[in-house]
Amino acid sequence: MSPDLLALIGRSALDTLYMVTIAFALGTAFGAPLGIFLATSGKGELFAAPVANRILGVIVNATRSTPFIILLVAIIPLTRLIVGTSIGTTAAIVPLTIAAAPFIARIVEAAVREVDHGLIEATLAMGATPLQVVRKVLVPEALPGIALGLTLTIVSLIANSAMVGAVGGGGLGDLGIRYGYQRFMPEVMAAVVVVLIVLVQVVQSAGEALARRVNKRIRRA
Amino acid sequence: MSFVPQNFEIGTPVSPVSAMIALKGVSKVYPATRTSASVTALDAVDLTIGTGEIFGVIGRSGAGKSTLIRTINGLETPTGGSVVVDGVEITRLAARPLREARRGIGMIFQHFNLLSSRTAYQNVALPLELAGLSAAEIRARVEPMLDLVGLADKRDRFPVELSGGQKQRVGIARALATRPKVLLSDEATSALDPETTRSILALLKQVNRDLGVTIVLITHEMAVVREICDRVGVIEAGRIIEQGKVFDVATRPRTETARSFLAELNGAALSPSLVARLRQDPCGTCRTVFRLTFSGPLADDPIITRLARHLDTDVAILSARVEEIAGRPFGTMIVTIDNAHGASGAAEGFLRSAGIETEKLGHVA
Repeated sequence: MSPDLLALIGRSALDTLYMVTIAFALGTAFGAPLGIFLATSGKGELFAAPVANRILGVIVNATRSTPFIILLVAIIPLTRLIVGTSIGTTAAIVPLTIAAAPFIARIVEAAVREVDHGLIEATLAMGATPLQVVRKVLVPEALPGIALGLTLTIVSLIANSAMVGAVGGGGLGDLGIRYGYQRFMPEVMAAVVVVLIVLVQVVQSAGEALARRVNKRIRRA
Repeated sequence: MSFVPQNFEIGTPVSPVSAMIALKGVSKVYPATRTSASVTALDAVDLTIGTGEIFGVIGRSGAGKSTLIRTINGLETPTGGSVVVDGVEITRLAARPLREARRGIGMIFQHFNLLSSRTAYQNVALPLELAGLSAAEIRARVEPMLDLVGLADKRDRFPVELSGGQKQRVGIARALATRPKVLLSDEATSALDPETTRSILALLKQVNRDLGVTIVLITHEMAVVREICDRVGVIEAGRIIEQGKVFDVATRPRTETARSFLAELNGAALSPSLVARLRQDPCGTCRTVFRLTFSGPLADDPIITRLARHLDTDVAILSARVEEIAGRPFGTMIVTIDNAHGASGAAEGFLRSAGIETEKLGHVA
């Protein structure tokens, strides 16, 4: 493989990392609070707001049921409004974020709902405010589940980022399609697949290690 | 600090000065839903608990004891009546003053409810963090608390590394960290084995004595009540159907429910085979069955031999048990007395005049 091609693969990998990292950070910033709200705003819960809960739930489901390749194109006007352009790697961060946030919200919601209700009751009995219950109890106790869920999110972001070539975004997926498929260069396709496998593997192992680290429910020797 | 439980008399209203907790006409009705009728969890409960007292509420599951204890710290909002703790009407507080009031009321739970992500030290520190204390202040309070419950050497252990009894000790230290005047115990020993239960109850008693904390505990076990409570209330279907000093309720229960709780406790229960043979009417060769209940110093009296000698009759003991309730000896005995020459009637008179509660259960052939 020529040095030019190798440089191209390297640059594409960096593009992928750039998109995934920013979209993950933004997706978590929006999705995690949303997930906590979804988990605590049902009837009779900490921040009881059943109507808002219902509406947000529908929005989250709607976003989650739209295939990413459709979402990518459907929100072009919004992307243009935010980034100024709808084409390119940076522009692709908008749809990636919008796909990731509801995914993260559901993952955080599920992890927070797993926290024993008795802990919430005990903390309220100590005179905690609802926000203190979230900060001191729900988030720390749900952390192992959240860490695993966020790992899953990164992996699915990497998968989604392969599609952004459709709107002129770069990255490994785009490279694989344009060189490996359209220019009939199987060695590029193979290289892209290998890099993606390694990337996902590293993310998964790191995520699992983190989840184990924050999980104090397992007795350690 | 004054401890008044010894001065309580049944039926004597507690003066407002010494009452730490007062429930007046407290009701809790869960409204009907599409699938179920409305449920009355508490039905006009009146209860006064004195400062420094250990008060037990005993009842079956679903009797309303959980709801009752949760009205004291406002985790449950009654649909009627008032709850006053340490002069503050909990039932009328807005969110913020209620949070303040809760800092003066500690609570421990059946399943401990410790944070798995925090060490023993950090769990005890939690209520102090919530109250906004500095790290130095927290340290100054948590360490003596861990010492008090005997877990100083486990301070950096996570709950998963602790036994049930140790977890409850952390729970007690956590509940007491804010120096509350009241400690609520929600079936705190129900998940523990008998030996651990005794050690936890001993700790609660120590806390009550040394720190003057008023304790309200709910339980379904008479053994727990007998071990540490000064007074007890029996709850059934959302009502306190009987209450008084533990010794009085245990020795002279007035309700069937109280009797059934005691039956689990007292060895002198009737064996099923005896119950099967027991008949209402006397017969020629029948022996009469009595349940004798004696309390206080009488328990040491050789009353049975005196009875046999006095009436020149045979007395057979079917079962007997002497135990201590609230520090006083208390005995129950099931005996049969030969009724050949109407001796059982004379025996009954003899026992009654000797101050022994005598209950004729029936006759056996």
